[in-house]
Amino acid sequence: MERRERGLLENIDWSTILIYLTLVLIGWISIYSAVYDEAHKSIFDLDARYGKQLVWIGISFLIALFILVIDPKFFSQTSYLWYGVFIVMLLAVLVVGSETKGAKSWFGVGDFGIQPSEFAKATTALALAKILSGIDVDMKNMKTKFAAITIVAIPMLLVLLQNDTGSALVFLIFVLVLFREGLSLSVLIFGVVMAILFVLSLLINPYVLIGILFAITIAIWLLYRKRKLSIWLCLGLFVVAAGVVLSVEYVYDNALESHQKDRIEVLLGQKSDPKGVEYNVNQSKIAIGSGGLFGKGFLKGTQTKYNFVPEQDTDFIFCTIGEEWGFVGSVFVIGLYLSLMIRLIRMAERQRSKFSRIYGYCVTSILFAHFTINIGMTIGLLPVIGIPLPYISYGGSSLMAFTLLLFIFIRQDASRMDLV
Amino acid sequence: MKNTLSSRRFILMGIFITVGIIYIIRLLFLQVFDDSYAQLANRNALRFVTQYPARGLIYDRKGELLVYNELVYDLMVIPRQVKNLDTALLCKLVGIDKEQFLTRMKKAVNYSSYAPSSFEKQISKEDFGPIQEKLYMFPGFYAQSRTLRYYPHAVASHVLGYVGEVNENMIKKNPYYKKGDYIGMSGMEKFYEEILRGEKGSKITLVDVHNREKGSFQDGKYDTASIAGHNLYSSIDLQLQLYAEKIMANKRGSIVAIEPSTGEILCFVSAPFYDPNMLVGRVRGNNYMKLLNDISKPLFNRALMAEYPPGSIFKVAQAMIALDMGVVYPDTGFPCDRSLVGCHNHPMASNVRDAIKMSCNPYFYRLYQRIIQQKDPSTQKIESKYGLSIWDDAMYKLGFGKKLGIDLPDSKSGFIPDTSYYNRYYKGGGWNFFTIYSNSIGQGEVGVIPLQMANFAAIVANRGWYITPHLVKYFGDENLKKRNTQYVKKNYSMIPQEYWDIAVEGMWGVVHEAGGTARRARIDDIAVCGKTGTAQNIGADHSVFICFAPKDNPKIAISVYVENAAGGGGTWAAPIASLLCEKYIRGEVLRKDMEETYINAAPCQTLPLRRYIQKSESD
Repeated sequence: MERRERGLLENIDWSTILIYLTLVLIGWISIYSAVYDEAHKSIFDLDARYGKQLVWIGISFLIALFILVIDPKFFSQTSYLWYGVFIVMLLAVLVVGSETKGAKSWFGVGDFGIQPSEFAKATTALALAKILSGIDVDMKNMKTKFAAITIVAIPMLLVLLQNDTGSALVFLIFVLVLFREGLSLSVLIFGVVMAILFVLSLLINPYVLIGILFAITIAIWLLYRKRKLSIWLCLGLFVVAAGVVLSVEYVYDNALESHQKDRIEVLLGQKSDPKGVEYNVNQSKIAIGSGGLFGKGFLKGTQTKYNFVPEQDTDFIFCTIGEEWGFVGSVFVIGLYLSLMIRLIRMAERQRSKFSRIYGYCVTSILFAHFTINIGMTIGLLPVIGIPLPYISYGGSSLMAFTLLLFIFIRQDASRMDLV
Repeated sequence: MKNTLSSRRFILMGIFITVGIIYIIRLLFLQVFDDSYAQLANRNALRFVTQYPARGLIYDRKGELLVYNELVYDLMVIPRQVKNLDTALLCKLVGIDKEQFLTRMKKAVNYSSYAPSSFEKQISKEDFGPIQEKLYMFPGFYAQSRTLRYYPHAVASHVLGYVGEVNENMIKKNPYYKKGDYIGMSGMEKFYEEILRGEKGSKITLVDVHNREKGSFQDGKYDTASIAGHNLYSSIDLQLQLYAEKIMANKRGSIVAIEPSTGEILCFVSAPFYDPNMLVGRVRGNNYMKLLNDISKPLFNRALMAEYPPGSIFKVAQAMIALDMGVVYPDTGFPCDRSLVGCHNHPMASNVRDAIKMSCNPYFYRLYQRIIQQKDPSTQKIESKYGLSIWDDAMYKLGFGKKLGIDLPDSKSGFIPDTSYYNRYYKGGGWNFFTIYSNSIGQGEVGVIPLQMANFAAIVANRGWYITPHLVKYFGDENLKKRNTQYVKKNYSMIPQEYWDIAVEGMWGVVHEAGGTARRARIDDIAVCGKTGTAQNIGADHSVFICFAPKDNPKIAISVYVENAAGGGGTWAAPIASLLCEKYIRGEVLRKDMEETYINAAPCQTLPLRRYIQKSESD
């Protein structure tokens, strides 16, 4: 009670806000460097993207401030409402939205556009936190699992319909939240194994792979049979795995689009096309790789400044950092993200309210998904999936949505001492 | 339960940190351990632009400009960057139709989608203006400036030569040249290529992904400036050259005029000639084929490449050699015995001077016989081989049968038969004076190019020596001319001057005395010394004349060939040479009627051309 009286300012987690501000500043400077243009030298020039980003930063700060001053209960109480509103928005954008780079995910408003899918991640997080914070919720319960999966699946499918596969994939990351809330570890392991099988079956002849899987199955059974490991369980798992392997080819050929297949094949080294599909990744690796230990210096990156890297101010913004600030700068940025995520986990764990905790994990997981996919793509470890780097990439929707996402949690955390 | 679930945070943190560490390791390899990316980035962003130097200019002997450079533009295209193209507008500006547009684009794409290829070459400054204005509307297209040669007076095509793009072979032979470079292909442009071309420089600029220049690399620290080519100050007299070309415009043949005291070539014409501007720029390809296929072979440089039988002119050389060998004396006479060889009506030549003046064939038959039929000092037997070898050496000293060494490429050497040639020709050496006597009057096996004839006229004018004929007097810039020291040495004939005086007197008689064969060459107040010739040939004879003037302290020595023009040397070649002498010495021609007659005359028989050319070229 004493701490509460000391007021909101005392309870706000300032180190998180500091990391947030640092990332936003790095983003703004990197955008300036990436799209620097002799005609618009001032970083405040509204005709250039860095000037526009400054507007977005200003709006984001207002949103953050607004969130900090309103009642924290507002969000837990209106979660479903926001969720519903954005489901409607996602539907609407399918009808009246404008198309950019093959994805129909924008509402055009004058010069600026709004991308509902960016905000839908936050509202889904709210709804998921809300539904999992119910009194008699148990992750072992089928009903709970179903409800949670439904909450996530609806917006995910709608985003997928917008042809924005990258953003849709992010929704899968909520599995980490479910895991924290009691979902069996085996589900996580199953997911990882499936992913490995998917990649392997693209690399290796499926029948050879099935042979290898069979050998592994028998080996495991032989090792563990004294512990009464059922041969039937082993064989059952083998059959499932073999089924996955055999179906991968079908899924791969029919469910994925050719550019997605190309990106995967390029990553796996099965396809070489340096001027076409491989171009982005190659130029991105050249940009980052040419940065060396300390980088080429601010505004000195030739790769990014001279537009060799496509999307260098949005999805490939990390190239600018890698090229101009080198290994030291890159590690600093990765360090900032890791600190932010670990800080958020620790904050989530100190929540007395289940809603706040679950929401905190949602925020962390979403940040983690973006961080992993985006940077992994620019350094050539993951296929090209176009999603922004939180707080750094150019874009109003992305910056506002991530600010909203984070500050709702900071607000919850600031009043963690309140009675639930 | 709660505690166990809470501990799952460590698994999640573990996942986050693992991903972070994997990424950091990956970055370590990309950025720190592997420096190939830095090179790749340089290759991306640094463009090595060749700085083409301005090619040297060529002036005539009085400082008139013969060749200069003009700025033109190549329209380049990088196919991958082409977008939203207003094809119709571009086609209209460049002046092509849509089909041509498509073929060109296809060709460019086939070469490379990413590298520039030229879309339209050598657009003139005037034509490029409107394109430049609209160029911003055609992303993927840009202009590259170049210089082309221009010839303000459109003269001396065979002397100046032309410039063209290097081919694969040239690049292989000399790695200085890169694809797209220009090189002198013929004439002075080829011979003086290294002086004219200058040195290419290189500029490193930063370029963006659209190949747009973004400034110099490290403030130009690694740039090298191009060095402009040196000018050539040639010996050609533009006015005389123009005049000679005016006369030869409707004729076939050649004119070479030399300043005897210096060996400097004053005019050099091979007719038919062409406008050198035809072989410049975009029209070059078509024009070149047109000239190549022209039946009168305008690309063929007769003055250097056509080996004609010298005809009677050769008699002067024969006389000098015979006098020098001591086989005749200045007052030796031979009767005009037409049973030996045909001749025309004239009084008997009772000395060498008159023999030259009257061009008596039997006289020179006898004279040549004495040259050839020598007593071999080793065997004490009359031996034609011995005589011929002495004669050969003497002929070489007069500049015949060898390349003179003019500063133009692809000169022929003419032909003076030697013993080994006749041994091959008459198997087993079954030859003697009686099989080769035609040489005496300049027929038979001997071949001479017009340049050698003009040079011989200069030798007579100098009374026994010549400086190798040449076209370039100075190199360098206006302020710093460097003398062409290649051509200062006098080549002596080793024949005493007193004999040459006889030749001069004889040649003076040819023009000025009754019974001389070239009375039409006479100029009232200028003493012209000349010798006519009639070179028998397929078709009508060639009309040949050499002369120099004035007799004392000669200023000009000329050889004139008019092909297949019936009437002998005195009819066509002599008056033409005379007009040129007057033009050069007086500065203008007072004999207007005569001038008009010979400018308008078209005496060259057209029929046997093809065969003639083939013969000449296969020599």
